[in-house]
Amino acid sequence: MIAVELRKLVLSRRTWVTILLIDALPTLVGILLAVTDLGPRPGTGPAFLSAVLTDGTLFPLAALAIVLPLFLPIAVAVTAGDAIAGEAQQGTLRYLLIRPVGRTRLLVAKLVSVMVFVVLTVLVVAATAYVVGVLLLGSEDATTGATSVSGSSLSTQELAGRTMLALAYAMLCMLGVAAIALFLSTVVTTPLAAALGTMGVLVTSTVLLTLDAADVLQPYLPTRYWLSFVDLFRDPILWRDVERGVLLQGVYVVVFLGAAWANFATKDITD
Amino acid sequence: MIRTEGLTKQYGRITAVDGIDLEVREGDVYGFLGANGSGKTTTVRMLLGLVLATSGSIEVLGRPMPASGRDVLPQIGSMVEGPAAYPQLSGRTNLALVDASGPGGGRRTRAGRIEDALARVGLDGVDKRPVRAYSLGMRQRLGLAAALLRTPRLLVLDEPTNGLDPQGIREIRRLLLDLNAAGTTVFLSSHLLAEIEQMCTRVGVLDRGRLVLQDELAHLQRPTGRMVVRTPDVAGVLGLFDGQVEGQDGDRLWIRVDDPATLNARLVGAGIRVAELAPEKRTLEEIVLEAAETSGDRR
Ligand SMILES: Nc1ncnc2c1ncn2[C@@H]1O[C@H](COP(=O)(O)OP(=O)(O)O)[C@@H](O)[C@H]1O
Ligand SMILES: [Mg+2]
Repeated sequence: MIAVELRKLVLSRRTWVTILLIDALPTLVGILLAVTDLGPRPGTGPAFLSAVLTDGTLFPLAALAIVLPLFLPIAVAVTAGDAIAGEAQQGTLRYLLIRPVGRTRLLVAKLVSVMVFVVLTVLVVAATAYVVGVLLLGSEDATTGATSVSGSSLSTQELAGRTMLALAYAMLCMLGVAAIALFLSTVVTTPLAAALGTMGVLVTSTVLLTLDAADVLQPYLPTRYWLSFVDLFRDPILWRDVERGVLLQGVYVVVFLGAAWANFATKDITD
Repeated sequence: MIRTEGLTKQYGRITAVDGIDLEVREGDVYGFLGANGSGKTTTVRMLLGLVLATSGSIEVLGRPMPASGRDVLPQIGSMVEGPAAYPQLSGRTNLALVDASGPGGGRRTRAGRIEDALARVGLDGVDKRPVRAYSLGMRQRLGLAAALLRTPRLLVLDEPTNGLDPQGIREIRRLLLDLNAAGTTVFLSSHLLAEIEQMCTRVGVLDRGRLVLQDELAHLQRPTGRMVVRTPDVAGVLGLFDGQVEGQDGDRLWIRVDDPATLNARLVGAGIRVAELAPEKRTLEEIVLEAAETSGDRR
């Protein structure tokens, strides 16, 4: 069933349009930087962007930092929100279930397909950004590595390792979004409602994070530790928020996937 | 093949299906007849495990449903409330996805099975255009092709001829009868009396969620023991068969007799002019209306 879902993912035009759109933003930023040579001052703007002007090979990292907080979660909300509700609205859900595809198996396959979509997007964004970075911004001295957020320098090897960690962390955050969207997708009748509901949760979380009155809630909000991946590029790595983030996302994933399963496994399919 | 006991489904306060005892036997072409909203689709969904019954039990192919869905469903071909497909993909790609998503049947034989199923429903000439561009009739045929993909033992079809033109309906009827002759049991729902009357061997009639009638069609339509006589000499017949005439409508008389030949001989012997003489045969429509009325009275 996973293979079938992946085939659907690849055959869907929406997949590629979404990836193209997500890819367009960092590319645009790269071009603007190259043309104007105006980077944000160190410590401001999206992470790593200031470093990019001197070293284009860092641009993939900067591009992901641009895409991760907003574009990717929206894409995940739309894709995962479509998972069950989309099939239901099309009428294909009932035919899948009587084929028969087990309901749990279907949920798992959908989730895997969403995560493959995330990986695919990240790979495309990173690859494009690398090409754009090297071509437009130049690679001044790729061998000496980069400067960490704390100011000390990181070897290329260290940088690669930390990038992998950061990507894994971002994937987990996206898995959290996917879990919420997948749950809503089993509850509501249209994919749009599931996607909007998920975005509503994320926006609410983001807004509450800026509100002092919501202090007690903040440690539990889904987006609270999203940007903590930056801490992985400090020297030494600042683990505290990353660890909390992993724990929090883990709880979100377990709770919402559990709820999605509990709801879907016994649901009347009347679409 | 299908047996339910006291099968009931409530949606909130609405009772969509109300304690029905279905019995579909091997080799039947079972017509599940009912007006719109009488609960046909809900019943079919329960048989297939899509909707969970509020109470009652279901057995399909001798196994309890939905508990044995994993073993039972692969042997069933089905269409529920219209066909559905991924609109941006071609018919063949859709069938390939359907085929690949469930158990049984290898990848190597897939293309062959898809062509067979398409040929059976008359879609073999179809090109690569996406299902989005299909007509309603083509979608219906594609849905049937998907149901036939695994050469099922039992076909459960919910209003399979919806949206087809008369020519298409005839072709589908032919197809279903051929499949039945080859051993497939067919359960089909319809709100069209004529459709059921033309092809079914067994009929179940649903009225507002209740099964008001279930019997062999031949048994329902057996001779009633009455003859219908049309004659200009009504008074003569009334005199001749006093007490046996059970109904009259203008020049038409209903007479209860044991032997039609004797009736004919007596009419001729008495010099009565007969325009028409035939055994009474009730239409399915009359039978259904009567069953619905009787059950309505009982409430
Ligand atoms: N999901 C649902 N929620 C509430 N009521 C429903 C639902 N589905 C069907 N019904 C009701 O159940 C009854 C039977 O519907 P249905 O099985 O679709 O009938 P049919 O297929 O014979 O037209 C109708 O009164 C319908 O309004
Ligand atoms: Mg219906």
